[in-house]
Amino acid sequence: MNAPATAPTYNFAYLDEQTKRMIRRAILKAVAIPGYQVPFASREMPMPYGWGTGGVQVTAAVLGPDDVLKVIDQGADDTANAVSIRKFFVRTAGVRTTTSTADATVIQTRHRIPEAPLAENQVIVFQVPIPEPLRFLEPRETETRRMHALEEYGLMHVKLYEDIARHGHIATAYAYPVKVEGRYVMDPSPTPKFDNPKMNDCPALQLFGAGREKRIYAIPPHTEVVSLDFEDHPFERYRFAGACALCGAADSYLDEVIIDDCGGRMFVCSDTDYCEGRRDTQAPGAGTEARRG
Amino acid sequence: MYVAAKGGERAIENAHRLLAHERRGDPAVPEITTAQIEEQLTLAVDRVMNEGSLYDRELAALAIKQARGDLIEAIFLVRAFRATLPRLGASEPVETAAMAIRRRISATFKDLPGGQVLGPTFDYTHRLLDTQANGDGTPATEPAHAAPDAARMPRVTDLLAHDDLIEPSPQPAPDQPVGDLTHDPLSFPADRDLRLQNLARGDEGLLLALGYSTQRGYGRTHPFAGEIRLGAVELEFTPPELGFAVPLGRITLTECQMVNQFKGSATTPPRFTRGYGLGFGHCERKAMSMALVDRALRARELGEEVKAPAQDEEFVLSHSDNVQATGFVEHLKLPHYVDFQAELGLVRRLRAEFEAGVPAQRAQEPVGAPVQEAAE
Repeated sequence: MNAPATAPTYNFAYLDEQTKRMIRRAILKAVAIPGYQVPFASREMPMPYGWGTGGVQVTAAVLGPDDVLKVIDQGADDTANAVSIRKFFVRTAGVRTTTSTADATVIQTRHRIPEAPLAENQVIVFQVPIPEPLRFLEPRETETRRMHALEEYGLMHVKLYEDIARHGHIATAYAYPVKVEGRYVMDPSPTPKFDNPKMNDCPALQLFGAGREKRIYAIPPHTEVVSLDFEDHPFERYRFAGACALCGAADSYLDEVIIDDCGGRMFVCSDTDYCEGRRDTQAPGAGTEARRG
Repeated sequence: MYVAAKGGERAIENAHRLLAHERRGDPAVPEITTAQIEEQLTLAVDRVMNEGSLYDRELAALAIKQARGDLIEAIFLVRAFRATLPRLGASEPVETAAMAIRRRISATFKDLPGGQVLGPTFDYTHRLLDTQANGDGTPATEPAHAAPDAARMPRVTDLLAHDDLIEPSPQPAPDQPVGDLTHDPLSFPADRDLRLQNLARGDEGLLLALGYSTQRGYGRTHPFAGEIRLGAVELEFTPPELGFAVPLGRITLTECQMVNQFKGSATTPPRFTRGYGLGFGHCERKAMSMALVDRALRARELGEEVKAPAQDEEFVLSHSDNVQATGFVEHLKLPHYVDFQAELGLVRRLRAEFEAGVPAQRAQEPVGAPVQEAAE
């Protein structure tokens, strides 16, 4: 896109090399133990906690000058926070950016995994608010770390069972827990459970950064990721049964948009790049708004 | 045709411009200078230095101005800057007994070596709005002067320790590196150095409430303000290539030594215990609250039952940082469309089944039990 001069007073991609090395060590450990939450000395970043400081630190640590960066929030490249983080890396690292999933080498995301399949040369970085899948069952870190160490996940299954007893379904719609490589139960970050199957056997490296909670975890390429369920209540994806009002996709995750105050609503792709790409191929030049990047 | 909301980039730039405009306020009113903040809003500057963990009055004043007086936002600005600074090493421990005293009071002894020095305090002012504080150009009355004698100002706790009536201070361990939770993630149980560092950076409001709760019976420690002192201390640093300490300058500190109810056992005679508070600048409320909470957090070490929030180190230390807290609370402003959409779908489905009378399981359980315990 563009490569303006980086801000002179800061190191490439903002963090100093010492900090990057510390983060890379945590990432390597996370890759070696898939799904395990590695504590790291998260730094104060120039954006607030909860805005993606963990993801930004992981991205800063893996980013090289030749990388092409894509940043999405809620699946969209043009949401305010995605724009803000993309600008941050343009300013501090001068890297090329893109909105195209296929063209990106590093994708930082909040709450979605792109619809287009990821490839081997790609890294996807998730922003994670609460990395601990057991947190809402057990508030104490000392206790949850012990539960992971002992692979003591009965409490989670009891919670899912109670959902079924109460509602007839597992009542978790996002941040749906997964088991990684048959060992650690992991929080996929608050992505809708529609995205969970994309994590399984994914050719791309998946990295997760939680800045406030000071944890990094990872799913190496081609790792088995299974959404927790029961034989008689198998995991099921959810998407609104309908097609995107803009591109007609019947397989993508849809955002619901309220268009008037009389109950009028429409559904459009949450992944803006996927939606625009489909519209481009359907009718080249039409309806694309020319507002990328 | 519907077009999804776009133009985030321009919206952000416009918001920044509007913010700068609002920060300035009415242009007919002279712009406030950072020097004015530094000199006249000194306690705000002190709080930002404390919780921002950076002793720099000028930068703290700039942060306060930039943050439009929002001190937590100013603290955040200072923290983010601090995180980029290289760490040269750790200073020598400061000697607060040798402090150049501006204020020193004890609530445990009527008189003591060095005396009580009231100093600049709101304590005995009547809280009547004073139009003279608004300034009519006449200079404030010249303060009275007396030269305090640092040599005669021993710490009250040292006087008590002389008679073995209070537990001794922990022995210095010069070979042991001091913990630093900005360079290593906090894990539990945490040692006292890390706990104190956490409290020193912690939100004054939270510490005040927790300290207050111990006074009202939630983890009672029977505290006395043994001593509160305010003044400048010498800061020294030993560069490895020199091997001896060189002075870096002076910093102003507030120290609070809380004297708490005694402990004893079959092998040790009863004696008072300590709670400790220390902060940059003039920060009495913070230092006192910190000392109360420090003492409460020593429950485990002193063999007390941990049952109140202020005694629970995981609860206190995990929630004391206001930069983290404000970020996570305020991030609820960020879009959560896709998660909310997933929840909407689930609720609609459950309601459809409810109306069709489908789930056999529906019986005694109330509808509307929490589905997800927290928004993320």
